[in-house]
Amino acid sequence: MTTTAAPDIRELAMRPINQGGWRWWTIFAALTAVIAWGAAGLAVQFKDGLSVTGLDQHVSWGFYISNLIFFMGISYGAAIASAILRLTDVPWRRGLTRMLESIGLAAALAGAAFPVFDLGRPDRAWYLIRYGQVGSPVVWDVIVVTNYLVAVILFLYLPLIPDFALCRDTIGAKVGKVRRFLYRVLSLGWSGRPGQKRVLAQSITVMSILIIPVAAAVPSVLAWLFSVTVRPGWNSTIFAPYFVLGAVFSGVAALVVIMAVFRKAYHLEAIVTERHFKMLGYGLIVLGCAYLYFMISEYVTEGYKMSEETGPQLELLLTGDLAWLFWLFTIGGIILPVLVIALPPTRNIPGITVAALAMVLGMYVKRFLIVVPGLAESIIETNTMTVYHPTWVEVAITAAAAAAIPWFLMLFFRLFPVISIHEYEAELEGGSSAFEAAGSGAVPAAAGGK
Amino acid sequence: MDERQQGEDPVPGGERRPLSRRRLLGSLGVAAAGMAAATVIPLSQIPVAETKTETHGKTNQAAGSKRQWAFVIDLRRCDGCKACTDACQKEHYLPKDQEWIKVLKSTDDAGRNSYFVRICNMCENPPCLKVCPTAATFKRDDGIVLVDQSKCIGCRMCMVACPYEARYFNYHEPLKPKTPFANPMPEFPVPQQKGTVGKCILCVHNAEKGKVPFCVEACTMDALYIADLNSDVMTNSSSQTYQLSKFLYDNDAYRYKEELNTSPRVWYVAGHGQDLEF
Repeated sequence: MTTTAAPDIRELAMRPINQGGWRWWTIFAALTAVIAWGAAGLAVQFKDGLSVTGLDQHVSWGFYISNLIFFMGISYGAAIASAILRLTDVPWRRGLTRMLESIGLAAALAGAAFPVFDLGRPDRAWYLIRYGQVGSPVVWDVIVVTNYLVAVILFLYLPLIPDFALCRDTIGAKVGKVRRFLYRVLSLGWSGRPGQKRVLAQSITVMSILIIPVAAAVPSVLAWLFSVTVRPGWNSTIFAPYFVLGAVFSGVAALVVIMAVFRKAYHLEAIVTERHFKMLGYGLIVLGCAYLYFMISEYVTEGYKMSEETGPQLELLLTGDLAWLFWLFTIGGIILPVLVIALPPTRNIPGITVAALAMVLGMYVKRFLIVVPGLAESIIETNTMTVYHPTWVEVAITAAAAAAIPWFLMLFFRLFPVISIHEYEAELEGGSSAFEAAGSGAVPAAAGGK
Repeated sequence: MDERQQGEDPVPGGERRPLSRRRLLGSLGVAAAGMAAATVIPLSQIPVAETKTETHGKTNQAAGSKRQWAFVIDLRRCDGCKACTDACQKEHYLPKDQEWIKVLKSTDDAGRNSYFVRICNMCENPPCLKVCPTAATFKRDDGIVLVDQSKCIGCRMCMVACPYEARYFNYHEPLKPKTPFANPMPEFPVPQQKGTVGKCILCVHNAEKGKVPFCVEACTMDALYIADLNSDVMTNSSSQTYQLSKFLYDNDAYRYKEELNTSPRVWYVAGHGQDLEF
């Protein structure tokens, strides 16, 4: 990896803060338009209720529950990836952790909205607290998701503190009052004293460890929403690890896509290199194969028996009405992208990015194929399959949530550095351990600014 | 329960009590006195308020468990006319997509039809109740599982958890009765609330008045019976009254998806409309 001089990193990481430009505004406006479309859909739904969706008495969970799993999956995938990279002290992580952790927060916020959108009576959402029954998987969901939201905010915030101080001391004088105030308050009086560094380094390590079980609890509990029932296709013991793996897979794939976009948009070519893409690409190969292995394990054991209940499920997926989606995912979302990354001629930045995008989209399809077929097949009537078609409202709200993630990140990086400057500088100064690295950096600037 | 199924010692202190339908229903009325008070007194038009719900919780406990309601479906007699479904939908103002009692038809290779009647099984171990996040679904001491629609948030977890698909979501504005004094409550959720889940209530509101459920009343084939495990009695719309445990034993009654350990309160006698002599 080529070493870059420290001032360049500051310049590069801070550039999004200083630059708006017509391109930024065009993209931001386009994303805002999509979000507005979703808001319109949401307004219609709040007015007329869930009758505006494609749901019915059989398929009573659809896009919104798929979205919940999908977006939360990207979030905890990104968060776990960052935690693992920190704990294993991978040196090339320093260009990525900030992006990973901010994706973690953005996707978590997008995902956490969907349980509320899915309620028949969203005005009563607070009943989950007022009347909460701890025996209900829905309440488990509320507990782990709120717990995770707090964790992911902390996880993003802690390594930001020295960078807040850096912003405060370098550009604090140039920016407006509000932002100056924001930098001052959020930096918590960081001055880079050894004591502060030690506390911060320890906190980051503790959060890196904690975020793994806290985050893994979310897909596990989401999986149990399904597998505590007796519905064919859902009635499975493999679901929790299956969901955790799917989450990490989609989270890392989403990171690659977002990384590619931001690399271009913010001119981070010197910091986010082809090596990053290749390393994450290897990770995607492993995760994709592991996911395929889980799928095969599930379908072989059920398909061998072809029981009265799961038999029609498998037929629906492998050869029936939903087969095109299933094979689109299996071939287009796992096998081909894995091959694209695995084969040297296409193992480059464009190839890996396209493969990762196919994986992200494929995992959305897979979530749909987990939620809907389990309900489409009646468990009291044979040969009864209900077809579910989402309406424009569901599509609009889904598109808005997807648009909200880059929208949030664009705003976020207008305010805060896109690369963890102090960690990056610490690496250059020779701090090899994660503990030291987290604490050092930004010190001279912070001290000099006083 | 198992003892009753095997028909060993059904009623403490008596082989077979001569119990007419009139007498059974008469005693039902007494049993429901506590509930009846709640039914009659708050004749207000106010849309369901929280306080009303809480009153019900207390009333239910006070009512005790003199009865343990159950249901018997004699499939030998069912001709698939769906009079039960129609009556239920009419009396509870249900839209067509909500069949609290549902008649399923199947045709064998020889082209003969047979029918299966699905109703809420009033499980003693109800999966829908276990997954309900707000305790909107509750079970009364007499075994009736009900939904308090003023507490339901519409998450539909119960719908995916019910092994009998006996629950229905109110996607649209529910039909409203013409009477100006509609007073929805868990025991008689008419009109229902939009955005919440509803299900069969085994017409506990009728039991309070000494009447059989609307579906039982409407069944011209006398295939449906309301039963009480405590007094070990079952009766249908033609006043045919039997000792419950003996009837279940003699006719090899079974319960639907018994292997799930939900302990359903609905018993079936297998059959497909053959001639019967009683």
